[in-house]
Amino acid sequence: MSDAPLLRLDGVACLRGGRLLFEGLGLALAPGEALLVTGPNGVGKSSLIRIAAGLLRPSAGRVERSGATALADEALALDPKQTVAAALGFWAKLDGTDAAPGLDAMGLTHLASVPVRMLSTGQRKRAALARVVASGAKLWLLDEPANGLDTEGQDRLTDAIARHRAAGGAVLAASHQPLILGPQRELAL
Amino acid sequence: MIAPLLRRELRLGLTGGNAALPVIFFLLVATLFPFAVGPDAPLLARTGGGALWMAALLAALLPVDRLVEPDRAAGVLDQLAVRGVAEEVVAAAKLLGHWLSFGPPLMLAAVPAAALMKLPAEVLMRLELGLLAGTPGLAALTLIVAALTAGLRATAALAGLLMLPLAVPLLIFGAAMVEPSATPGAVKLLAAVSLLLVAIAPFAAGAAMRAARD
Repeated sequence: MSDAPLLRLDGVACLRGGRLLFEGLGLALAPGEALLVTGPNGVGKSSLIRIAAGLLRPSAGRVERSGATALADEALALDPKQTVAAALGFWAKLDGTDAAPGLDAMGLTHLASVPVRMLSTGQRKRAALARVVASGAKLWLLDEPANGLDTEGQDRLTDAIARHRAAGGAVLAASHQPLILGPQRELAL
Repeated sequence: MIAPLLRRELRLGLTGGNAALPVIFFLLVATLFPFAVGPDAPLLARTGGGALWMAALLAALLPVDRLVEPDRAAGVLDQLAVRGVAEEVVAAAKLLGHWLSFGPPLMLAAVPAAALMKLPAEVLMRLELGLLAGTPGLAALTLIVAALTAGLRATAALAGLLMLPLAVPLLIFGAAMVEPSATPGAVKLLAAVSLLLVAIAPFAAGAAMRAARD
């Protein structure tokens, strides 16, 4: 577990709309590790995830990632008219993997031929997580992954995270509610 | 990397009536124009080519709100960025996919439109050649404006204000090609303007998509 970190943030500050959300934030995620970012709404959890994903430039500090990254946030990014299997298949093709293990892990296999627009809130969340599971990326960035999930879905998420970490992956998750990632560190913003 | 992106753009461009809308608009203008100026065949033949170019220009504006904004709002651009796909590559796939679902259908529609305008066969040939040279430029302009206005509200009017002035060179050389006294230089200049826009578009639209992320 002393391998090079998959994600390292050094002295990162985030300025949004003229408001300083956080500064001097440093963290490192080694393979197998999980970090849960907690805090009330609007404290900058999602911004931290976007900074870690490289989608948002930090106002100060450095972000280093090694290897592929998978992101699950509020945006579904699946074409509503396509079936679940086809929409996830598009991303799996870009990742050079197969969507089926992700569908299986999140219990969506029976919905594979249903158009994405017919999915419920929880099923959408499962589909977004299925893309992360199928991506084969070492680093998972999950923004409010348990939002809208039922107990069974949360169990599947916990299982998927455990398997991912056992295989040498790391997870950075943000949640305003308690979330079990397995043995985990917590960072309160 | 670009093949799945291009396939997706083509699917989005060709399904759900997205390809039909500009074509129907173009044919509608070609139908209405003779009503407006009267059934005077020589007058129609003289002005019809320019009117069809105006129609093509306005038809190119129609897809502006479906090219980039839905992908930005749905998080598709974010997911592509996380995978390390350059915005310029995304924009290039969008440009090619958009032109394929816009240019050739418009060139097909120009045949019945030219008949409605009573254009002679050799003018139709020059119109088709002009559309072949000019529609890539129109598609490139549409993409740039779509990327610039993604995430803004009330984009339809703003997009028109941004795009129509930039389309003036295409319109001038395109319309010059269908004039009775057309010189061979017009098609070269039209192709040059079009090529310039096509060359700029992936970088301009890519930069705009990157900037829209914050």
